[in-house]
Amino acid sequence: MQINSPDFKNSSKKALDNPGLQKALGNLRNGFPVKRANAVQRMPEFELLRNEGRDIKNHVIANLDFYLEEFETNVTKNGGNVHWACDAEDARKAILDICQKANAKTVTKGKSMVSEEINLNEYLESNGVQPVETDLGEYILQLREDHPSHIIAPAIHLNLDDVSSIFSEKHGTPHTSDPAALMQEAREVLRDKFVAADVGITGANFCVAETGSTIIVTNEGNGDLTQTLPRVHIVITTIDKVVPTLEDMSLFLRLLARSATGQEFTVYNTLSTGPRRENDADGPEEYHVVLLDNGRSEMIGTQFQDMLRCIRCSACMNHCPVYGAVGGHAYGWVYPGPMGSVLTPKLIGIEKSGHLPNASTFCGKCESVCPVHIPLPKMMRHWREKEFEKHLSPKGFRFGIGTWAYFAKRPALYRWLARASAFSLKLMGGKSRRIRSLPLKNGWTAWRDLPAPEGGTFMDQWKKNQSTETSPSHPDNKCRS
Amino acid sequence: MTLTNPPHRVGLFVTCLVDMFRPSIGFATVKLLEQAGCIVEVPDTQTCCGQPSFNSGDRSSTAEIAKNVIDAFDGFEYIVGPSGSCIGMLRQYPELFSDNDPYKARAETLATRAYEITSFLTDILSFDQIIADYQGSITYHDSCAGLRELGVKNQPRQLLGKIDNLDIKEMNEAETCCGFGGTFCIKYPDISNRMVSNKSSNAEDTGAKTLLGGDLGCLLNMAGKLKREGSTIEVRHVVEVLANMTQAPAIGEAQYDLANEL
Repeated sequence: MQINSPDFKNSSKKALDNPGLQKALGNLRNGFPVKRANAVQRMPEFELLRNEGRDIKNHVIANLDFYLEEFETNVTKNGGNVHWACDAEDARKAILDICQKANAKTVTKGKSMVSEEINLNEYLESNGVQPVETDLGEYILQLREDHPSHIIAPAIHLNLDDVSSIFSEKHGTPHTSDPAALMQEAREVLRDKFVAADVGITGANFCVAETGSTIIVTNEGNGDLTQTLPRVHIVITTIDKVVPTLEDMSLFLRLLARSATGQEFTVYNTLSTGPRRENDADGPEEYHVVLLDNGRSEMIGTQFQDMLRCIRCSACMNHCPVYGAVGGHAYGWVYPGPMGSVLTPKLIGIEKSGHLPNASTFCGKCESVCPVHIPLPKMMRHWREKEFEKHLSPKGFRFGIGTWAYFAKRPALYRWLARASAFSLKLMGGKSRRIRSLPLKNGWTAWRDLPAPEGGTFMDQWKKNQSTETSPSHPDNKCRS
Repeated sequence: MTLTNPPHRVGLFVTCLVDMFRPSIGFATVKLLEQAGCIVEVPDTQTCCGQPSFNSGDRSSTAEIAKNVIDAFDGFEYIVGPSGSCIGMLRQYPELFSDNDPYKARAETLATRAYEITSFLTDILSFDQIIADYQGSITYHDSCAGLRELGVKNQPRQLLGKIDNLDIKEMNEAETCCGFGGTFCIKYPDISNRMVSNKSSNAEDTGAKTLLGGDLGCLLNMAGKLKREGSTIEVRHVVEVLANMTQAPAIGEAQYDLANEL
């Protein structure tokens, strides 16, 4: 996926001016957060579960090598193969290699953000293998040559009309605005693709070390057909997805569904444990797990380590007022919203993604709903610190903050500055006591007035009162009790 | 007040915005603290909590500013301010210093003694003798840092509930950020505008006469938007109502009698 993160400001402006997108985002804001809140309310022990989830993940991260090796041992024992991939290139090559050995012409795909991260579709296509997305949202996006704007609801930026138009155009069918009819249309087209595919590629929500299993959770069942029908099943996933036991996995499934969609459980929870065994009725002949690192192991022992706890539920973006205003595409790469604003700078570099950790009010809503208590605002601030250290912040802004800090460190000078500012801003406010425009192209007064100061600083008035009275009182306060 | 215990000695953390934009919030805070039996002092070397530097990634300037605050408030039993955001910042000071820095322990002490005003009155002093007169309905915006870092949610409502004839009309998404975010509103004005527009329409929908909150940054943002839109909702800091100091014009309002203005 092309990196458009440096263009965040323009993209977000366009997003704000796009009525279709704004309508879609309105649906999101009124959907997932409400459902999550209801699901959490129905489960009194949810907070305990969150703490336990955090602790298990911390334990895994501290012993990552152990659990990954245990996972590999058990996958191999079950007759499967683990392919270690340091970076995107390694992962792409490993997948293409398996596809070519299987003489694959088409591959079906379950939804996988990691496959977006490594640009898998483009790579397979350019090497003569046709990928077919089977998640409904991803399928719509593939037809539109579009990309996901959300990690679990990839086509959340679209409305029914958009889907209707593209289906009619690509399938040659009459326009319909009946969602059930559209779904049926997709189902019929995809059914043939499932049967024809030589290889099925899915992601994994979790990798279970004790059994060597991977699990995917979906609400459509497309993942099951992707992983059981073709001769070869490839799982593309990352090293941070490993959990010790099935018991632990169950805990995360309970957290995941409630945090993501407000369901108590996702509809389809499908475990894959090796290729088809002798007496199995169906299943793939080969089972491969491509385990991608792509910089994640470097986060261990740094200020960003806690990010590895993420279970990709999307609660942070569903509740983020910035994501809710501009949508996922504005972020300009694979992972949007608060989790993306922490992860993306690690994956593509802070030089290209500086806007992401800056475009946050640090309102803390994301952290408050994160099922594994990731301190997302704190880590966004750490990226701002990296930016500051590398002198990447815009010069004007840096100068402004530097000047302000110079005064804030010197109380006497600061008093003078506050006095002068209060005085001049009050003058500018005039009789209306509101400032409608400030010099230069000011972001504040472009959209709102600046209420003018009352006049005179608190510190000056306090001092004056102290010198004239024994008990302090506000000069305007006529009804002091 | 209990007569047996000596009064609490409280240092007022004025906050830079209150100092410059709306001193009456500072005086209202002092009045409430005094009504609750505290002795209030205002250290004159205080400037700002350092949040603009902290959130811009400038840790070393933030640490310098933090040292100034720590020195200024040395020896106070409590540090109280009319802002969840600034008090939340004071509570983060310990992470600015390494373990062998003498300021580390002092920052930790400061963090445990720093309180937002409504939380201090209710949670620490169990004070509820509000003597105020206010007619009409209000709606309350829960500012983010106060709400999520300090757990300020019921405290202001509990205190407002002591005022006869004051009716609280809760708005939708009261806990959603107003889009101020310190430097955010200057760096990303368009996104900030969308957020504050949502807030102003949620406030309008309640039909309340007044919008209250506990952080002047958010209040300036919301008042600025409401006034630009021509709304008649008046915006005030919650302490102005609690201290019965609503004679002064609301935030961004002209004097009632323009002839008296200079």
